Amino acid sequence: MALGFTLAYLALIVLIPLTGLAWRSASLGWAGLWHVATDPRTLNALKISFGTAFVAALINVFFGVVVAWVLVRYRFPGRRIIDAIVDLPFALPTAVAGIALTSIYAKNGWIGRWLDPLGIKVAFTPIGITIALIFVGLPFVVRTVQPVMEEIRTEVEEAAATLGANRFQTITRVLLPGLQPAILTGFALAFARAVGEYGSVIFIAGNLPYVSEIAPLLIVIRLEEFDYAGATAIAAIMLLISFAMLFIINLIQAWSRRRYGYGT
Amino acid sequence: MDVRVSGVRKEFDRFPALHDVSLEIKSGELIALLGPSGSGKTTLLRLIAGLESPTEGKVFFGDEDASLKSVQERNVGFVFQHYALFRHMTVIDNVGFGLKVRPSNTRPAKDEIRRRSSELLDFVQLSGLEKRYPAQLSGGQRQRVALARAMAIEPRVLLLDEPFGALDAKVRKELRRWLREIHDKTKHTTVFVTHDQDEALELADRVVVMSQGSIEQVGTPDEVYDKPNSPFVYGFIGESSRLPVRIENGTVWIGEKSLGLKADRPDGDGMLYFRPHDVELVDGSNGCIAGTVVASRRVGATRRVELMVAGAEERIEIGIDADHPATELSGIAFRPRHFRVFARD
Repeated sequence: MALGFTLAYLALIVLIPLTGLAWRSASLGWAGLWHVATDPRTLNALKISFGTAFVAALINVFFGVVVAWVLVRYRFPGRRIIDAIVDLPFALPTAVAGIALTSIYAKNGWIGRWLDPLGIKVAFTPIGITIALIFVGLPFVVRTVQPVMEEIRTEVEEAAATLGANRFQTITRVLLPGLQPAILTGFALAFARAVGEYGSVIFIAGNLPYVSEIAPLLIVIRLEEFDYAGATAIAAIMLLISFAMLFIINLIQAWSRRRYGYGT
Repeated sequence: MDVRVSGVRKEFDRFPALHDVSLEIKSGELIALLGPSGSGKTTLLRLIAGLESPTEGKVFFGDEDASLKSVQERNVGFVFQHYALFRHMTVIDNVGFGLKVRPSNTRPAKDEIRRRSSELLDFVQLSGLEKRYPAQLSGGQRQRVALARAMAIEPRVLLLDEPFGALDAKVRKELRRWLREIHDKTKHTTVFVTHDQDEALELADRVVVMSQGSIEQVGTPDEVYDKPNSPFVYGFIGESSRLPVRIENGTVWIGEKSLGLKADRPDGDGMLYFRPHDVELVDGSNGCIAGTVVASRRVGATRRVELMVAGAEERIEIGIDADHPATELSGIAFRPRHFRVFARD
C-alpha cells in the first residue's frame, strides 16, 4: 500500500516530468543533441554551473562543519539565534539574497569598495556566483552534519587523548572519519542545490555569455527564444551529469555505511 | 607504578565533587572505588587519568608529580563504561591506535604495531575478529577490545570506569573473573570504579568505599565487610540491621535492659549495627535482644524474620535457620556475634 503510493507519487512528481524532458529533447535527434552539447556557449555555461557549484559545496563543507561543531559543542549566549540564522537561506527568497549580495559586493558596495582597489572583482564574475551558491548551500551541510555530531560522545575524544593522541590527531583520525558519511551527504545536497540555483545567481552573475552565464539561465534564454528543444537539451545534459555525480556519491555512502555499520 | 593521591579537592562550578581525598595505591594492586552515584568515585578516577584537573591537591605516579602532565603525557590506560571504541576503525586498528599516534621517534614500525595488536587480541581471546568493526561485536567483545586498546600503550596505570556496567548479568560475571586473571598475569596497577559491591569484593585486592565526595574506608574485602568503620559502610556493603541503644559504663542497654554487649564508647545514646545473618539465638531473656516475630519470609537457604524489639519499639531483621519453628507472634531472643555502636545521627 505504502509502496504503491510512494511509486505512484514519485512517478507523478518526478518521473513523468523528467520523461517529458527526455521526450522533448529527443525531437532534436542525436546529431542535434550533440550540436547543442558541444556548442561553446553551452559548454561554458555548464562548466561555470558545475565548477562554481563544486567549489561552493567544498567551501560549505569546511565552514559548515565548523559551524555545526560550534553549535553542538559550545554553549554561549545567542547560540539559539545563530542556530536559527543557519536556516535563513532555506527560507529567504533567493532573489532577495542575490540582490543583497550584489549590493554588498558591487564596486561601490560595503565590501566591494575595499576589494576593488585590490583588483578583486566579485560581483558579475564567477567569484560572485560562488558566493551566492555558498550562501544557499550552507544550511544543507550544517543540518546534515549536526545531528551526527550530537551523537559523538565526548568519551571518544577522551579515549583518544588517553591513548596519547593530540588534538589534531583526534580531529583528523577519530572525529572526521566518523563524520565522513554525513559530510558527504551534506556535500551532495549543497552541490545539487547549487547546480540548480537560479534566483540568487542571476543578480550577482552579470550573465556574460562564456564568462558568467550559468546553465539554468541559458535554458531560460533559449526558452525566451522559443527554442524549446535547445532548452530541454541543455536541461537533459545537466540532468545526466547531476544524476551521475549523485549516483557516485551514493555508492560511496553505501560502501561506508556497510563498513562502519551505521544504524546498528 | 605506585599512585598517590594527596589532599585532592575538586569543584565543578562551585559544586564540590571531592573533599580533601588522599589515597595510596601500591604497584600491581587491583583497587576498587566503590560508592553510590554522586559519591565522587568517577571524578577521582578521572583525576588520576588527567581527564579532570584537581581544584587543589596533587596526584603522583611514583615520585613524579603527574598533576603537571597532560592526559596524553600521563600514559594511562582508560576503559570507559560505554567502550568508546572508534567505530570507523577495525578491531585491530582500534587496538593499534595508541601506538600509531606516537611521535615518529618512539613509534614502532607498522609491522610491529600489527604484531603487538594481534598479540593483545589473542590475549583478550578475540583472535579471528581483527577485521571486524565495533558495530559487529557484542558488548562483552567490545569491552575486551577497549581493554586491549588500553593495554597496547603499555600504560603505567590501568583505569576502568564501570567497565561492566553496560553488560548483562551473565557476561558481567564472566568478564569479572576474566579481568582478575588478566590482572594476575600482567600485574598492571589497576583501579576500577563500580557501584556493585559484589564486583568490588570479589575482584579487588583493596576496596575504597566512597560517599559524598569523601573516602569512608579503605581496606581488603574482608576488612570492609567484617569491620565496617562507619554507619555508611555498614549500610552500603552487605546487609545491616540497626537499633537505637544507650551506653552505660561501657555496656549496651535498651530501655532498662542490658544486652550483655560491651561497647567501647562514652556513655550516652548510640546506634547498634550488626549483620542480620551474623547472630546467635539464645534462650532466656537476660543479656540478649528479645522480640516478637511480626513477619517472616524465606530468603534462599535461610529464613528472615522481622522482630519487634521489646523496650525499643523498633523493627529489625535477623536471619535464622530455615527449619526454625518460629512463627508470627512467637518470641525470639538473640545476640549479635559481631556488632558496632556508632553515634546516633
